[in-house]
Amino acid sequence: MTQDPHALLAFRDVTFGYSPNRPPVLARVNFSLRAGRVLAIVGPNGAGKTTLLALALGWLRPWQGDVLLAGRALRDYRRAERGRWLALVPQSEHTPFDYTALEYVLMGRAPHLPPLGLPGPADYEIAMDALARAGIAALAHRPVPQLSGGERQLMLLARAIAQQPRLMLLDEPTAHLDLHNKARLIQIMRHLRAQGMTLVMTNHEPDVVLAVADDVLLMEAGRPPVFGLLDEVFTEDTLSRVYRLPIRLVEANGRKQVVWT
Amino acid sequence: MAWSRLQEDELAARLVLNLRIPRLLAALLLGMTLSAAGMVFQLLFSNPLVEPGFLAVSPGAAFGAAFAIVLLGGGALMTQASAAAFALAGLGFSYLIARRLRFGGWVLRLVLAGIAVSALFSAGVGLLKYIADPLTQLPEITFWLLGSLASITWPKLLSVLPAVVLGLGIVLLFRWRLNVLSLNEETAFSLGAAPNRERLVLIVAAVAPTAALISISGMVSWVGLIVPHITRRLFDADTRFGLPATMLIGGIFTVLCDNAARVLLAGEIPLGILTSLLGALIFLGLMTAQQFRSRP
Repeated sequence: MTQDPHALLAFRDVTFGYSPNRPPVLARVNFSLRAGRVLAIVGPNGAGKTTLLALALGWLRPWQGDVLLAGRALRDYRRAERGRWLALVPQSEHTPFDYTALEYVLMGRAPHLPPLGLPGPADYEIAMDALARAGIAALAHRPVPQLSGGERQLMLLARAIAQQPRLMLLDEPTAHLDLHNKARLIQIMRHLRAQGMTLVMTNHEPDVVLAVADDVLLMEAGRPPVFGLLDEVFTEDTLSRVYRLPIRLVEANGRKQVVWT
Repeated sequence: MAWSRLQEDELAARLVLNLRIPRLLAALLLGMTLSAAGMVFQLLFSNPLVEPGFLAVSPGAAFGAAFAIVLLGGGALMTQASAAAFALAGLGFSYLIARRLRFGGWVLRLVLAGIAVSALFSAGVGLLKYIADPLTQLPEITFWLLGSLASITWPKLLSVLPAVVLGLGIVLLFRWRLNVLSLNEETAFSLGAAPNRERLVLIVAAVAPTAALISISGMVSWVGLIVPHITRRLFDADTRFGLPATMLIGGIFTVLCDNAARVLLAGEIPLGILTSLLGALIFLGLMTAQQFRSRP
């Protein structure tokens, strides 16, 4: 595979497993993602999607191979510097304490502050703006434990926006959302991409992938993952094989939809 | 007491300067430290029900004190040094064992190790009580376990001051960072923190002054558990303001309790009894009040 000089995130022969006694979860994964695109990591449960996201974050280190961020090995980044490049939107997050949504989102400013620094008025403004961009400015002063699952998901997204990263990693961002909030999240993701943000998300829902992804990394247990443009990878044949289910793609209202029986 | 009388009456002056003021300061520092350490622990372990002694720190101190009383002659300085050393040893053992456990995440391992080490120290205290001289040593151990500031002197207070100032200073410097460190490890990492290393710094910074102070006061329980709760009900969870606030409230609460302990009855009531009594009552009040917002 040739090196793409414009790649923002690249995996080079990445092999990773959780235990040396067992075969690796990911073997020789290769892809490179250009800036300003949305990558969907798709595959059945247990295929290693979340593992791959943790490798892209630098939280897990590959056994072999390299994860490159803007052409430089991810492990060579300093912690705060990495925090200014990469943001994580976890699937869910538990806090037993009564933080307000604003205080919570403000934590996204941490990588921009010195290690023991305090957020200033500019940081509060950025956090408020991030809440507004996630469409939940009205919830700024509500305690987090009182928010619904969907509102919390949007708040986690707002924290990542406040972090002002170049690359956002989202773990199942639509998992807790109803249809309305799902459409809202897709809208926000499109906005972010329009402003130059690069997004990597794991997703179980083909309709979300079809609505927002440019590139797809299709993962199958026991097979090398397939990386390519949405239209090339997301075909009836590959989807049917990966999910072991007869799947058809149909066009409705000018949009592709996934139908399965 | 009027200021003029202090200048005339030498006995009163000596009483205030040598007994009351060091005791007042000790109560203030004890309350500030226990509540700050309690808040740090509750945040770091994402659990509103932990208190600063739970990583085998309090049982370690109790064992150290009983050990010194029974086997080392029981001098005040020896008891203090032994209590402080074993309190830190409790944390050290918990940490080392947690590193060897092959089970769960870092927080869970530390909690499990802390519980196990606490049990060992408690068994040790039981054994020491059993072999202690029931007429001289046993009452001394019991009194130490109840906690009191009645015997505070300037030298005792000054001996713990460096650890207290340093520890509380570091904790205060982390007052906003603590929020980030309370998030789960992967998220804290994604925000540019080194969660395990920074948490360890904070734990040591919180435990060192705790160990130092309980070595001169004995067991004073419930302050570290209840005061952070009160603070979070009065303010937001944000520790940037919550941490200084909890120190203030904890200091005042302990000073009031210690004054009550001194004047309520003709004799001295052990401080630990009063903080437990009031702390538990307030805790029950909070738990049963409507809208108990900080759910465990």
